Amino acid sequence: MALLTVNGLGVAIGSVAPLEGISFEARKGEILGLVGESGSGKSLTALAVMGLLGRIGGRISSGSILFDGQELIALSEPAYRHLRGKRIALISQNPMTSLDPIVRIGAQIDQVSRLHLGLSKPAAKARSIDLMQQLRIPDAETLHNAYPHQLSGGMKQRIVIAMALAADPDLIIADEPTTALDVTIQAQIIQIMVDLVRERGLALILITHDMGVVAQACDRVVVLYAGRVAEMNITQAIFASPRHPYTASLIACIPAHDQPEGTLLGIPGTVPGVLSYPPGCRFHPRCAGAMGVCSAEVPVLQSLAPGTVACHLQGMPA
Amino acid sequence: MTPLVSLNGLTRDFTSGSGFLKPRRVMRAVDDVSLEIPRGSVTGVVGESGCGKSTLGRLVLRLLAATSGSVTYDGADIGSLSPAALRGMRRNMQMVFQDPYSAIDPRYTIGRAVMEPYQVQRVAVPDPKARLAELMAMVGLNPSLTASYPHQLSGGQKQRVGIARALALNPAFLVLDEPTASLDVSIQAQIIGLLEGLQRDLGLTYLFISHDLSLVRYFCDRVVVMYLGRVVEVLPQARDAPRHPYARALMNSHFEPDPARRKTVQMLKGEIPSPFNLPPGCAFAARCPAATTLCQTDRPALVTGTDGHQIACHHPQG
Repeated sequence: MALLTVNGLGVAIGSVAPLEGISFEARKGEILGLVGESGSGKSLTALAVMGLLGRIGGRISSGSILFDGQELIALSEPAYRHLRGKRIALISQNPMTSLDPIVRIGAQIDQVSRLHLGLSKPAAKARSIDLMQQLRIPDAETLHNAYPHQLSGGMKQRIVIAMALAADPDLIIADEPTTALDVTIQAQIIQIMVDLVRERGLALILITHDMGVVAQACDRVVVLYAGRVAEMNITQAIFASPRHPYTASLIACIPAHDQPEGTLLGIPGTVPGVLSYPPGCRFHPRCAGAMGVCSAEVPVLQSLAPGTVACHLQGMPA
Repeated sequence: MTPLVSLNGLTRDFTSGSGFLKPRRVMRAVDDVSLEIPRGSVTGVVGESGCGKSTLGRLVLRLLAATSGSVTYDGADIGSLSPAALRGMRRNMQMVFQDPYSAIDPRYTIGRAVMEPYQVQRVAVPDPKARLAELMAMVGLNPSLTASYPHQLSGGQKQRVGIARALALNPAFLVLDEPTASLDVSIQAQIIGLLEGLQRDLGLTYLFISHDLSLVRYFCDRVVVMYLGRVVEVLPQARDAPRHPYARALMNSHFEPDPARRKTVQMLKGEIPSPFNLPPGCAFAARCPAATTLCQTDRPALVTGTDGHQIACHHPQG
């Protein structure tokens, strides 16, 4: 069942439109991957869902965001504040941006359940320590008293996850949660998040640019490019038969098991900035299969069960 | 064939604390590393933060002086060179840094930044314009960018500038210190492709430092795995299966871009120990799934097998 339904979402910052026509669903007990290179609009989508666009001078210009049956677009700030942290939690890339350096980490986790669940001080502490243990943080009772700088990056990110879980949210948005971490720690944090979704049945939107992480963890995938949805599908189909050339290129960027030398392909060029979006399909200047129509007409997002894709090459004879 | 670069028992200590109010503590960042780098080869050094891989790269170029041990380049001990002779030697050996932004003066135009090595080395260029155009073309930069400033370039373009600077003086040997770690995966693949082509066309010798074992296995001829300043395994063929439990954990932490090859992530116990008080035995013992009491007390020596494979482990796997 869809917990979050984003439909035709457009975002404007001043007179530019960095996002348009973004549609996807996040379901309970599932991990939805939101992928694309830097500048494709992943984090902006997260901010829109969290109702935080105002912080960067942006606003929602079109579309709808339904969360558990409730329209979030017109929600007042006080009502949003009840949702944020309590029912929708955000885990950001750098754990230090979420932690106050001069407050003990225990107090920071406690605060969430005291505020949103109305727990007493001792009850909140017991809950925090329990959560820390579930996240396999060793010696949780001692660390409850520690300051953020006393912990490693991987431990800090686990504390941020504990904070996100403290009010028992239904939806977690994790924005590149492991990019700043060492590889062995990254693998462990991804595993912890997969286990959490399976055990608690919550919905997770995992934002990443790494198709390896997507293949490992996600159930369904939305591929964004330059502020639009390029393709959406179940994970198996995305990798077995990517329908958008951009999806195929992203997959080809990660060395596969025993990939022959000289065959790792990058994507030529870079994601265009919001002020220089090309006409037609925004991927056409970097696309090996681009045709005349690609620079003239915007491809519509068409349904092609079980997924959707926005590419003129679809339906063309191969 | 004589190796181009040889490291013999290379060791570097860092001290912290003045010894006056704070106790003086010694950390061994690189511990007794010996390695021969054949001409025209690509040697990968892989490990996580704090394993000493970047310090090793700096020691090899004598950007840092070794506490003990030596580096020979083409038969000459670079530790015994006078500053003037060392500067001359540096024409042959250059470095590409992880963060291209901090490696380029923000007030220099790209053209000036690429040609700066000639100024530093006081080498006259017969036709600077032609040489600049040639260097820009070698690294795939549009010639129109010569008048731009670093902040106008994308991360991938800046790293290309970093590579052009390193190549300016026709060196034979490059230390590549995580040249793609701060880039998007699509751009990482572009840069790796560029480095592959340059190595092939110019017959360069690389020491490639990375935290990504899958990238190292893809790109390098030979792999050196480091943990807490020590070499724990050397794979003479990069595609060989690692046998050290730490190298295996690193390998298991890489997610393949293929949902059919999902991994069960093995949780390593604890975190990397403080390099200030290393245990008497194997540095990895506290986190190792195969550790026994022997590992706690006896430090395993690096043993070379008949095939050139080296490993420092009491209980090699596989």
